[in-house]
Amino acid sequence: MAVSRDQIIRDMRQPSYWQRLSWKDWLWAAVMVVATAVTLIVLWDAMNYYEVVITAITGATMMWMGWYWAASKIYMSAVCLISLFAISRYPELAAAEADFFLRYIGSSQSAIMWMSALFPAATLAYGAGLLTGNAFASKVGTALTWTGAGAGLIGLLVRWHETHLYEGGIGYIPVSNLYEVFVLFALMTALIYLYYEGVHRTRTMGFWVLLIISASVGFLLWYHFDRGAYQIEPLVPALNSYWMKIHVPTNFVGYGCFAIAAMLGVAYLIRARVADDSPWAARLPTLKQIDDVSYRAIALGFAFFTVATVLGALWAAEAWGAYWSWDPKESWALIVWLNYAAWLHLRFTKGLRGKVMAWWAIIGLFVTTFAFLGVNMFLSGLHSYGEL
Amino acid sequence: MVQTAASITAKARGRRKKRLSAIWLQFLGSMNLAISLLVVVAIASVIGTVLPQNQPYIDYLVQFGPFWFEVFRLLNLYDVYSAAWFLFILGFLILSTGVCVSRHMPAMWREVTRYRTHVREQSLLALSQHQRWQAEADTDTAAAVATGALQGHGYRIRTEQRGDSLIIGGMQGRSMRLGYILTHVAVVVIAIGGLVDGNLPLKLMEMRGDVRIERENLPLSRVPSESWIAPETGAFQGSVNIPEGSNSGVVFLQLRDGYLVQELPFEIVVEQFRIEHYPNGMPSSYESDLVIHDPDLAEPIRQTISVNHPLTHRGHTIYQASFGDGGTRMEITGRLLDGTGAEVPISGRIFEDLNLELGAMERTLELDDFQLLNIQRDTRAVTRTGARSEFVNSGPSFNYTLRDEAGQARYYHTYMAPVRVEDQWYYLHGMRMDEGEPFRYLHIPIDDRSSMNFFMEFHQALHDRNRVDAASQRAADTLLTQMGVANPQLVSQVARTADEMIRYLLNGGFGAVEAHLESRVQGAANAPMLREFSQAVLQRTLFEIYLEMLADRRGVTPAALQVEDPDRRFFEDAMNAVSGVAEYGAPLILQLDHFEYRQATGLMITRSPGKGIVYTGSALLIIGIFLLFYVSHRRVWAMITPKPDGTTDVLMGGVNQRRPEQFEEEFASLTRSMDQHLGSVSQKSKD
Ligand code: HEM
Repeated sequence: MAVSRDQIIRDMRQPSYWQRLSWKDWLWAAVMVVATAVTLIVLWDAMNYYEVVITAITGATMMWMGWYWAASKIYMSAVCLISLFAISRYPELAAAEADFFLRYIGSSQSAIMWMSALFPAATLAYGAGLLTGNAFASKVGTALTWTGAGAGLIGLLVRWHETHLYEGGIGYIPVSNLYEVFVLFALMTALIYLYYEGVHRTRTMGFWVLLIISASVGFLLWYHFDRGAYQIEPLVPALNSYWMKIHVPTNFVGYGCFAIAAMLGVAYLIRARVADDSPWAARLPTLKQIDDVSYRAIALGFAFFTVATVLGALWAAEAWGAYWSWDPKESWALIVWLNYAAWLHLRFTKGLRGKVMAWWAIIGLFVTTFAFLGVNMFLSGLHSYGEL
Repeated sequence: MVQTAASITAKARGRRKKRLSAIWLQFLGSMNLAISLLVVVAIASVIGTVLPQNQPYIDYLVQFGPFWFEVFRLLNLYDVYSAAWFLFILGFLILSTGVCVSRHMPAMWREVTRYRTHVREQSLLALSQHQRWQAEADTDTAAAVATGALQGHGYRIRTEQRGDSLIIGGMQGRSMRLGYILTHVAVVVIAIGGLVDGNLPLKLMEMRGDVRIERENLPLSRVPSESWIAPETGAFQGSVNIPEGSNSGVVFLQLRDGYLVQELPFEIVVEQFRIEHYPNGMPSSYESDLVIHDPDLAEPIRQTISVNHPLTHRGHTIYQASFGDGGTRMEITGRLLDGTGAEVPISGRIFEDLNLELGAMERTLELDDFQLLNIQRDTRAVTRTGARSEFVNSGPSFNYTLRDEAGQARYYHTYMAPVRVEDQWYYLHGMRMDEGEPFRYLHIPIDDRSSMNFFMEFHQALHDRNRVDAASQRAADTLLTQMGVANPQLVSQVARTADEMIRYLLNGGFGAVEAHLESRVQGAANAPMLREFSQAVLQRTLFEIYLEMLADRRGVTPAALQVEDPDRRFFEDAMNAVSGVAEYGAPLILQLDHFEYRQATGLMITRSPGKGIVYTGSALLIIGIFLLFYVSHRRVWAMITPKPDGTTDVLMGGVNQRRPEQFEEEFASLTRSMDQHLGSVSQKSKD
């Protein structure tokens, strides 16, 4: 063989990450660069240094997301275009009532209502798929979940614009109260789930995850109608910080992941009781799939939750004067964190799998829910902003 | 040599000792302990969130009673996170993590530095991912192909000749092991930083008796020196209220049921405090203009701080934490309610206690608080479409307490200007008997000059016997004439009841009048009618007085007076207010004439020398976790052995403990690469 060693090595070199990107990926990157640049130019005067940095990071993240997860390109494009269209029809708040498009689709209220209808509908569709084994029903479930997540994000983005139209432009990113973060939770959980659905090419997990999303939608609706929580209120000064823009969404990646893991825990316990030859076995995810997705969800959740907690500490240092004050919310964040650290050790280094881990993940969700909701409802502390 | 019994036992003891310490290390670094500790710390942290921490001790005493108060106090449950037992578990967790890292460190090091080129054929065949080729190429070519495939997939390699075989060891994703080390070292680093900033050093100082918590509320100059802490001794978090125009060189550290005074290495002067508002009146930002005088600085530092925008100087960070009154000066007119109409000028500052000599009475007036703005949702805004809501500002108000000679207190809240209530304007005077209750407001109607004067005159006139007599005569006369009863004797009798009822009204309000009437008409056959008649008489009498005063005020005769709707409205309100005054419980009513607003800013000042350590640890933690989760450490070996028949045997095997599924794909890609260059001339076998 007259082939030189170097030649062979050169021949066998795998394409690098960059070389593997297709022309679509590069087009996407170009669009993101232009979009980020336009955003910066248009809003330059309105932004401070941190906001410019956050915008640039957001652009880069969206670029990477599009590369990493092809389906998300369509999602992000659709959400951005519809939101921009809705915003373009908003000379003032009253347009939400007067304009046909805004009134029925594009205002934050309408979009969030659409989300609140689409997620339960997706649950039903996935449920039908589970009961009948009909693949088409589950496919509808996927489509509805994508649309619901889109409606939710459009709702939040348009609401962001609405806060700027509100008397005197109090403008804030809408992740500052329980109503807004519930929308964030529902859509974040849905997106993370959709990612795993794509990776594992199975829709059998959909019903379980959508159950918890629908439950949060139920709470959202109660909060909307019973408490009128959808009202835009000015931000208390302590929340008026660029940290909030990154701390809260990061946190909700964590919560979303933990919620998915818990629901998969439920699926696991059920699947473990089903005989392999029963027709149900094919309609439920396999134990191996559940095991893998649970681990990946908890790992992702744990990583983001860690980042969120550190960001929270940085923010606390700036707002309250101490990076850690053992405030109930902080203590519960630590509890959640320790709980999942224990889960990861058990699973990874002790190699423990199965029912114990499933139960642990389910209980973990109760702990997380208390940290997320219970603390605000039952315990007082700095996070209730009673001080100023 | 004969061994003595003693030496044998000594040896055995030595061995046992060694074993014991090994067991201890084993135990400390064990996973079971780690998991148990994680769970225990989590559960222990719950306690501190369920029980509000660091409240005044008296609150706990009230809540739990003396027995449980004492039990909880001994368990340190009022400050769990600095309780010895909590720190002990935390310390245990840190120790365990430290032991764990140091024990795993050598193994981890080997994992990342060694290519394990001493593998044997059997162990490669035992891997679930392996592949064998019988290549018609020489060893060099086969080695080049394997090297190319591995390097092409990003592997670092080491090559070693072992006997007949050439072994190429490849590995990738070493940083995952680094992730393990970073993550766990970070936990220890953060904990150390936390300890530096925690109150452990202070606790030690307290235990040694170097400092003593002061429990009494003393002026700064009288706080004993053992409750002072010298500047720059350690970490602290304290707070201080500084009125505008004043300065402070200390902060107060709240500790359990008392406080300590922490000295600062500089002086803080507060020039101004401001609240910025949203257009709808809600606060949007709190700001203080500070000047820092530091003896080490040539120039003082001037800076404005606000929520989320603190100032850091000499390792001290100064935050906008709260605000309050800084001693607003007020000029007040007190109007006695005893019918004399006497006025008492009062002047004082918020937080001052004043002694009022009110004729025969004495009262202590404590000026408690002042509010510049009172912004409320406008309840009249009925069309609250979507996000729009309206707010009204009712202007300045102030709070005070009046104590009688026996020390009995009533609490008051008074607005400076009239407040609009359902389309009418009133001076609002709130009163409550207990600080927990909501205020009940006395509504004093305003007159045509927007003052309380007309009402005060009316109230005063009700104390004038002659005037009341005359009015009640007129009222009785009018009423009886209307009823067609012309009896002068009856008139004066009715007039007398009217007099009496007005005295009840002034002393106890309509409630007292009712009670009085009830007792008078009791047993009478026509009780309801009598009651109604008496009420009519009272009302008419009051109205007669009002008419007379109104005519006077307008400079016309009562007969020529035009009584309009607003006048009637005023009268209705005035009657209710007269009744309200009786229940108001103060001998005088205060009216704020003038004020000089002075606020105080509430600063929180912290010094945390461990902050840098904690932040470094946090960064390590995040990097470590992402490496741990998203990099997977994998190894591939190629064993190349020449065969007697001139062919070459190539055996490739690989392992990824973490993500076997993912590795399956990568290994397939590796073997495809190999196939391309060895394939046509080789014979594959999976086993
Ligand atoms: C607060 C304390 C601790 C935290 C937050 C923590 C966190 C973590 C995390 C997040 C992982 C990754 C798990 C995974 O890959 O899924 C891990 C792995 C591990 N932890 Fe800990 N850990 C702690 C204490 C300990 C202690 C005390 C030990 C000693 C027994 C220990 C031993 C290990 C080992 C051996 C691994 C596996 C490393 C590997 O080979 O990938 N950890 N730890």
